[in-house]
Amino acid sequence: MRQTSLRLRAGIVSLTILLIFGLAWHIGVSGTGPAQQMDPEYAKLMGQTAVQGKSAMPGPLDVLAKIWSHLKEPFYDRGPNDKGIGIQLAYSIGRVLLGYGLAMLVALPLGFLIGMSPLMARALDPFIQIMKPVSPLAWMPLALYTIKDSSISSIFVIFICSLWPMLINTAFGVSSVRKEWLNVARTLEVGPFRRAFTVILPAAAPTIVTGMRISIGIAWLVIVAAEMLVGGTGIGYFVWNEWNNLSITNVITSILVIGLVGMILDQALARVARAVSFPE
Amino acid sequence: MSAKFISIEGITRRFHAPDGGTTTVFEDIWFAIARGEFVCMIGHSGCGKTTVLNILSGLDLPDDGAAIVDGKAIEGPSLDRAVIFQSHALLPWRTVLGNVAYAISSRWPRWSRSQVEEQARRFIEKVGLKGAEAKKPAQLSGGMKQRVGIARALSIEPKILLMDEPFSALDALTRGTLQDEVRRICLETGQTVFMITHDVDEAIYLADKIVLMTNGPEAMVAEIVENPLPKERDRNQIHRHPAFYAIRNHLIDFLVSRSKTFKSEIPADYDRRKPPVIVPQNQPQPLPPSHEAGRKVA
Repeated sequence: MRQTSLRLRAGIVSLTILLIFGLAWHIGVSGTGPAQQMDPEYAKLMGQTAVQGKSAMPGPLDVLAKIWSHLKEPFYDRGPNDKGIGIQLAYSIGRVLLGYGLAMLVALPLGFLIGMSPLMARALDPFIQIMKPVSPLAWMPLALYTIKDSSISSIFVIFICSLWPMLINTAFGVSSVRKEWLNVARTLEVGPFRRAFTVILPAAAPTIVTGMRISIGIAWLVIVAAEMLVGGTGIGYFVWNEWNNLSITNVITSILVIGLVGMILDQALARVARAVSFPE
Repeated sequence: MSAKFISIEGITRRFHAPDGGTTTVFEDIWFAIARGEFVCMIGHSGCGKTTVLNILSGLDLPDDGAAIVDGKAIEGPSLDRAVIFQSHALLPWRTVLGNVAYAISSRWPRWSRSQVEEQARRFIEKVGLKGAEAKKPAQLSGGMKQRVGIARALSIEPKILLMDEPFSALDALTRGTLQDEVRRICLETGQTVFMITHDVDEAIYLADKIVLMTNGPEAMVAEIVENPLPKERDRNQIHRHPAFYAIRNHLIDFLVSRSKTFKSEIPADYDRRKPPVIVPQNQPQPLPPSHEAGRKVA
């Protein structure tokens, strides 16, 4: 009862904030009436901003109308510079999932190795420490030069940026499995392979999934920047293209859509995290 | 042979500090356990009790000497020796049934799923947890968790049961019931048990023999106390037995004073390989304060 009423009240506050923000936005960008008298021919050249005092920023209603038009037709394709936002998103999500999946394939086994072997942990530590803080976009020229394909290069950049949190968390999770659980496996003469899958993996899973959740967040941040850089397709390219078109409505729409997709990706991983967590 | 089912022969364990120094936890320890015997080890913290148990379980190895079971030196963990951990050490992501079944399928990898489950259910019932099979350890009380630990250890039908202060984290009431049940199960099956405790009454109630360790470091076995109480014991009547206070006072005297002073006043005829065996007997009041309370038999 208290729980629902709290949720309801929070919802009301959220909605109020949204309305106030929308109203302020609407008032802020709407015209202030004729600014000054000028020659009608000159006024035509100057446009609404100079004549009516109207802001160049679109209002909330313009953005809503834009979103509606995108929703009506998300997957249209009218040539390389005019594709529906749905297609652009699909490109971006596809690249993220590919790069992220590849990073998983490398990070999980390698993290296991580092977590299990103090020797490998120390041997690989300097490489990880130096590579981890490098902005993934710094890899882009090298990727373009060696791979010679802009789309694969952006997948590579996603791979690189998703790698580190997963690798570090897997290694940490594996190395900090409680000694007593390992002792249980030892006294039961459980072989190394079975031990890895029945004791270490379930024990480290919450930490590993936390790393995966950080990775997917970073990957989604980086894909927008990477696509702005390489161009062609994707939501990042879409944003930059609409900026070049001076369509601020589309830029704002993309910001909202990017946020929405990022939230969905994060929530999906949160769901996985709940599934593998265990109370002690 | 059966008199020395387990034989601890001159084991020493040293730990190396990071600054290069070494601490000898215990040195040159000798004692033996017969088949079907229930042996408790008592001593203060830091005397290496748990290390002795870890060596018996195979989780740790001695720096010198050997622990021999059934004629073979222990070289690593074995399913013949089940351990009940102080912290129960259940796998929290598995259910009660899953925890016990994990041990059983490790013991008999060829068993079918239904065979494993049947064995698991049998032992879960034996420790009085019928109905809780599908629960996760986090949903259980401390006593119930330790019951699962006991079921897991017994379900693999080990030759030796090793217990590291299994009841010390439980409240008095739960401890009592669990002691009763462990005692009943071990008597029924003729289980050989080695248990570590710091609870004198627990040792008197459960043990056939009690190994007394002096304080660490460089701990040693001071003596082995044979329990004068009959094998058939009733928790509520035990204190009426004429020898009860003799053994109780003897053990408490040891823990309070002699565990500290023993090393400085080692008896002339003390032999590390054959620590003196004492059977405390009823003494006329008032009780003498020291080890004269015991009659030497070895």
